[in-house]
Amino acid sequence: MNYHWNWRVFWEPAPNGTGTYLDMLLSGLVLTIETAICAWIIALIFGAVIGVLRTLPSKTGSWIGFAYVEFFRNMPLLVQLFLWFFVLPEILPHSWGLWMKQMSNAPFYTAAIGIGLFMSARVAEQTRAGITSLPRGQKLAATALGLTTAQTYRYVLLPMTFRIMLPPLTSEFLSTIKNTSVAITIGLIELTAETRAMQEFSFQVFEAFTAATVLYLLVNIVVVIAMRFVERGLAIPGYITGK
Amino acid sequence: MKRLRIMGLVLAAACCAAQADAEELTGTLRKVKETGVITIGYRDSSIPFSYLDDNQKPIGFAIDICLKIMDAVKKELKLDKLTVEFNPVTSSTRIPLLANGTIDMECGSTTNNPDRLKQVAFTNTHFLTATRFVSKKSSKLNSIEDLRGKSVASTSGTTNIRQLTEANAARNLGINIIPAKEHAESFLMVETDRAVAAVLDDILLASFAAGSKDPDAYVISTDAFSKPEPYGIMLRKDDPAFKKVADDATAALYQSPEGQMLYDKWFMQKIPPKGLNLNVPIGAELKKAFAKPSDSPDPDSYKTM
Amino acid sequence: MFANFDFDVIRRSLSYLFLDGMTFTLTLTGLATFGGIVFGTLIALMRLSGYWLLGRIDGLYVDLMRSLPLVLVIFWFYFLVPYIGQWLTGSSRPVRVGAFASSLVTFTLFEAAYFAEIMRAGIQSISKGQPAAAQALGLSYSQTMRYVVLPQAFRNMLPVLLTQTIVLFQDTSLVYVLSIPDFLGAASKVAQRDGRLVEMYLFAAVVYFAISCVASFGVRRLQARIAFVH
Repeated sequence: MNYHWNWRVFWEPAPNGTGTYLDMLLSGLVLTIETAICAWIIALIFGAVIGVLRTLPSKTGSWIGFAYVEFFRNMPLLVQLFLWFFVLPEILPHSWGLWMKQMSNAPFYTAAIGIGLFMSARVAEQTRAGITSLPRGQKLAATALGLTTAQTYRYVLLPMTFRIMLPPLTSEFLSTIKNTSVAITIGLIELTAETRAMQEFSFQVFEAFTAATVLYLLVNIVVVIAMRFVERGLAIPGYITGK
Repeated sequence: MKRLRIMGLVLAAACCAAQADAEELTGTLRKVKETGVITIGYRDSSIPFSYLDDNQKPIGFAIDICLKIMDAVKKELKLDKLTVEFNPVTSSTRIPLLANGTIDMECGSTTNNPDRLKQVAFTNTHFLTATRFVSKKSSKLNSIEDLRGKSVASTSGTTNIRQLTEANAARNLGINIIPAKEHAESFLMVETDRAVAAVLDDILLASFAAGSKDPDAYVISTDAFSKPEPYGIMLRKDDPAFKKVADDATAALYQSPEGQMLYDKWFMQKIPPKGLNLNVPIGAELKKAFAKPSDSPDPDSYKTM
Repeated sequence: MFANFDFDVIRRSLSYLFLDGMTFTLTLTGLATFGGIVFGTLIALMRLSGYWLLGRIDGLYVDLMRSLPLVLVIFWFYFLVPYIGQWLTGSSRPVRVGAFASSLVTFTLFEAAYFAEIMRAGIQSISKGQPAAAQALGLSYSQTMRYVVLPQAFRNMLPVLLTQTIVLFQDTSLVYVLSIPDFLGAASKVAQRDGRLVEMYLFAAVVYFAISCVASFGVRRLQARIAFVH
């Protein structure tokens, strides 16, 4: 195997003047986390709304929800990102398209929105599953007490749903973090992209990828442990909320 | 793991079957003799060195040179039949794929420089080119200073993006560098106004501008990021036998009239797929490099007096 | 907005897109699914075998594959597989693997982790009475697995397995990062060569959507039928 190992490459200065190669990777990691969090917030908001929409008694609402979920689930994430990044600016009026293309950090916003909407379909499904798993009695009792539909959801159904949903939501959040790597294709310089750049400048393929693997694993472990604390705090007695 | 083992054993059987009489051949020559196959790494869009024509077949100046090397290998190993396989590479995958044996030589637009010589070897230089940028005439960008604070595209894994990155840091230009996967993508960024300029080797920029929908809209800067640097066919490091075959074949080609004809075919005549004529007469430095073939990475060694 | 829409570029490249690109995608999906399920079942069996060490190793494998982004794994294997081949066959140089073989290895091993979890749930959902009865009949462990447990587990999990296959189908588009010519890669090449991003990417989106939609509709019908039988 004629590959020259060099583990000290991490402390060598990177050509982009920002410090060592390790700094390059860490700045990529920061961008990964930022994108993941923004995407996750979008996913939670839209996902919850659509999930609720699907469980509402109204036929149109449930149909809109169904169409939304099917739309975002049946296209690969990569294709969706391409549509947002490459196609949308071209079909909008010229000046808007130009503004979109020349925005600094365009990849970041596109990635956050694209990944966020993609994940929102899955959050919607989880929300729907969560709501429908609640005993029917809850909704009936709320109606008997004179609460409107909106109030039923706000005070009775949703709080329970979110607490039950925490474990699947954790794994969706981890999925979001992993999906940020797909944004390398639209120019987001997150962790995987920085790893590639490091590989290209320093020719140390395996060192670079090992570091990236370790960093992703670390992020995973941190998120899992943090969520375990949250789950324990919010666990509902009598429900199986953990694995 | 069981699956992999079985796969591995099948592979081993296949390899052993062809191992009839490998003499003291080493490296790539040994591999070619044993398997009867030589793999050429080609580029998608390095016009006119290595690119895909309308039928998605790899063609180009460097591809033709590599086919000559292949003929020499066939003669050297006294083989009746030598199969050529083509494997696509990008700027950022070419070196790892050469090292891990997926390709045996990379035929494209790869710059020969001391940094890369630590990982790979190059045969005799087939072109000289400097790093410049292309932009739309309407953007009125003349010098590298004009790129300050703007979005500039370049291809990942190239010397161009590295020179751009270093210039950006050294001169504090605050350029937003957009890395693209392939040369065509870099140029497309300028075409679609996503970037104001693309930084690549000037010959590639000339090809893209000439082949675009509106060639007159583009201008290539006179300002350069580097001196004219040599292109070479990339080979694996520490493989002197194969390098000698390649060096001899390329030297023979460049010094013969066939070399000049090959150059004219790709630079002075119409080339597929759109019948474009780049009209780039052979420069004095390249003429010298053809008369006295050299695989030196030093740009200064190619200067004519 | 759509005044300039060039349907012709789609028509001209149809053969390349489908004969080269889609064939690659579908072949990769099919083979990786098969390999992934076989390998995943093996892993699940190892985890449930009761040997602590086997269980831990497989647990680590599954956790590792599930924590890493697929893009990173694709890069890893693309550069690594020839060296693994060299180690496996004991040859003097890295084994040459093409893009398809490397992608196949990547997706088989990656998706195996997900299939393993599905099969593990499937096997665990079989009532204890089944293997107990098999043992009473004198069947060995492997015979029990082969004739009693696995067929039932497989059948129970079929909808989930097929859904994961659809996910795999969509994931294959990620080989784009290495310029490997799957369906999306082919569409992208045509788009960049002819400058027709909008047409090609919209077309690719429609095709992926159509195939996934039909497939998931099929899975839902299948699920209804299986549920009825139970």
